[in-house]
Amino acid sequence: MDFNDTPEQAAYRAEVRAWLNANAEPRRDRPSVSRRLDADEGLALAKAWQARKAEAGYACRHWPEAQGGQGRPMIETIIYDQEEAGYDVPTGFFSIGLGMCGPVMAQYATEEQKARYIPPMIRGDEVWCQLFSEPAAGSDVAGLRTRCHRDGDDWVVNGQKVWTSGAHYSDWGILVARHDSSLPKHKGLTFFFIDMKSPGIEIKPIKQINGGSNFNEVFFTNVRVPDSQRLGAIGEGWQVAITTLMNERLAVGGAPPPDFREVMKLAAACELDGRPALEDSSVREKIADWYVESMGMAHTKARTLTALSQGKVPGPENSIGKVVSASKLQNVSSFGADLMDMGGVITDPSLMPSDALFQQSFLYSPGLRIAGGTDEILRNIIAERVLGLPGEIRVDRDVPYNDIPTGN
Amino acid sequence: MNFDFSDAQKALKQQTRDFLRAACDTTVPRRVLEDADEPFARDLWQQIGANESPGIAVPEEYGGIGFGYLELCAVAEELGRAVAPVPFSSSVYLATEAVLLGGSEEQKQRLLPRLATGETIGTFALSEGPGLATPANLQATLRDGTLSGTKMPVPDGDIADFCVVAAKDGNGVSLALVDLDGSGVSREQVETLDPSRSHARITFDSAEAELLGEAGQGWALKDRVFDRAAVLFAMEQLGGADACLQMAIGYAKGRYAFGRPIGSFQAIKHKLADIYIKNELARANCYYGAWALSTDAPELPVAAAAARVAATQAFHFASKENIQTHGGIGFTWESDCHLYYRRSKLLALSIGSERVWKDRLISGLEQQEAA
Repeated sequence: MDFNDTPEQAAYRAEVRAWLNANAEPRRDRPSVSRRLDADEGLALAKAWQARKAEAGYACRHWPEAQGGQGRPMIETIIYDQEEAGYDVPTGFFSIGLGMCGPVMAQYATEEQKARYIPPMIRGDEVWCQLFSEPAAGSDVAGLRTRCHRDGDDWVVNGQKVWTSGAHYSDWGILVARHDSSLPKHKGLTFFFIDMKSPGIEIKPIKQINGGSNFNEVFFTNVRVPDSQRLGAIGEGWQVAITTLMNERLAVGGAPPPDFREVMKLAAACELDGRPALEDSSVREKIADWYVESMGMAHTKARTLTALSQGKVPGPENSIGKVVSASKLQNVSSFGADLMDMGGVITDPSLMPSDALFQQSFLYSPGLRIAGGTDEILRNIIAERVLGLPGEIRVDRDVPYNDIPTGN
Repeated sequence: MNFDFSDAQKALKQQTRDFLRAACDTTVPRRVLEDADEPFARDLWQQIGANESPGIAVPEEYGGIGFGYLELCAVAEELGRAVAPVPFSSSVYLATEAVLLGGSEEQKQRLLPRLATGETIGTFALSEGPGLATPANLQATLRDGTLSGTKMPVPDGDIADFCVVAAKDGNGVSLALVDLDGSGVSREQVETLDPSRSHARITFDSAEAELLGEAGQGWALKDRVFDRAAVLFAMEQLGGADACLQMAIGYAKGRYAFGRPIGSFQAIKHKLADIYIKNELARANCYYGAWALSTDAPELPVAAAAARVAATQAFHFASKENIQTHGGIGFTWESDCHLYYRRSKLLALSIGSERVWKDRLISGLEQQEAA
């Protein structure tokens, strides 16, 4: 057992660190640059950063060369990500595209399409989004209602998607729609990639609890998609979607700060009963709980990395990641505000410790427990796929989609 | 990055698991639990000694096998899984470690070879009854080579050959070795939450005592012994927590209600997923603690405390929710659920409660911050 890089990995890490030092600012104890800027400024900055990364060979380094990567071991991408996490660089704009859309294109698109679409995706020239969730299909995404029908060489799409990250600035999207409502729900789905600037697409931002708008509603009215942009066979949409969702579980990683470190710093600075809050045993116990969760996650990742760097398939332990980190973020944020007592309600960054990081996260964190699989769905997945418990009894699986009760 | 046990260590772990599955199924801890005249499973302890497991991390020069602490951790996890009713933790994690850390060359030569084979059983006495023991409130006193005072509960105190005792010594605290068969020592069994592991109340009345380590430095030495023991106790707790999860999964798959296995209900699924989550967090923290122990890393105090806290939480949660998953049958004496429930609380309090270790964890972080 050791935590050392191999000499080769250490050399690569040093190279990455030198490059980051020359090209980026270290992260500071405040909201990241992506959260300080408005969306347009943030996107411009993110595109420039992605292009620089790609130029230097650090973007999608483990992808095969034929798909625009460097064909390097996965561990190098991980080392880069570990190092980049210490710098205040714009993130988030490309994670859906590179984490989900890229792999699905690599698996299902033609060679010509891959050559056309993947390189600009890697450079950040073109942004991609994912169009799965619907108002009536969240956790039960296979129950989606958006329809498509064949018309000559095209398909015509009608319906509505929701919770689409970055739809308003995306160039392309991946879409799953229902081509036959008389089939059982998983069997009547077909998968496409579409031009987000197509006529008939209308995009409306969703205003979230925290006042931000990271997501959209997307409406489709007679939107035409060439059949050449179908991914997988007609009726194979669910299998293609599952491939994508598997990648999403890897792409939606841990939670952003604050974590035990930030609370500890805050508790050292805040007073409670006339002495630093950090001396209070109830405060110490809570921080210890979060330390154990946080380091438990970090060491679990180390176990996964060990498997990856030995060329093995990681075990199922990584599946606990988002369930743990999302709730922790919510609890840490709430407790941080509590430590500020009556003043903890103020959200003006200029008046608050850590530029109101705890208050911002308090309002942002509920979303993390839902996005990319709710806490409840993830527990089902752990129970069924890891622990081998029997599947849900599904009353809608073998019924024609038309006959499934819909409720509200 | 190589954060995993080696193939040889995994093989040792599997071998230990197979051995204990045959030699220590749950009828063995139950036998000790139910029979007041059998304080520990002598036959099993003899086999463990014959395998030289108590000496796995003891250097060869002192009669041990001289493997390392990762190997000992692997064995500890399996002993925890088997709820083994033997004095392994007292004799190996506490007494042997105390002698290794604090003993003179002569003491090591004299004590370690017989500890390594299990022929001698040692233990460690700190607590003097309900309430947290501190350097200020210890009553046991060491004076002119004799010890007086009362210690309870002393794990395996009724069966051990010698004991490391923490006692007041002038203005400080010292650790002393006491022969439990010597004069001035009287001991009686005390009932505890987990009768599958026996405990004693020991009264010392001017009993002959031999200093272990420097006079007045006993509390710091105790802390170092407990840091190391914390990782090993945590590995036992981890094994116990995993046993509870496996038991609950097995039951949830086979027990039917409302026409379906209860494991198909989300209320049960989510409960078992939560056990799994806590166990995995504990496992990751335990492995890190094992690494810190095996390399004597400066991170050991924090790593050990984190492993201890995570494993205490995991075993407590797993053992109580295992009973809940079983429903009524889980509350019966005949079900094995209570073996784990009892053991989880025993181990949780053995070297200090969760609260104490959380405080030690944060103190360690403060020291790291200040450094």
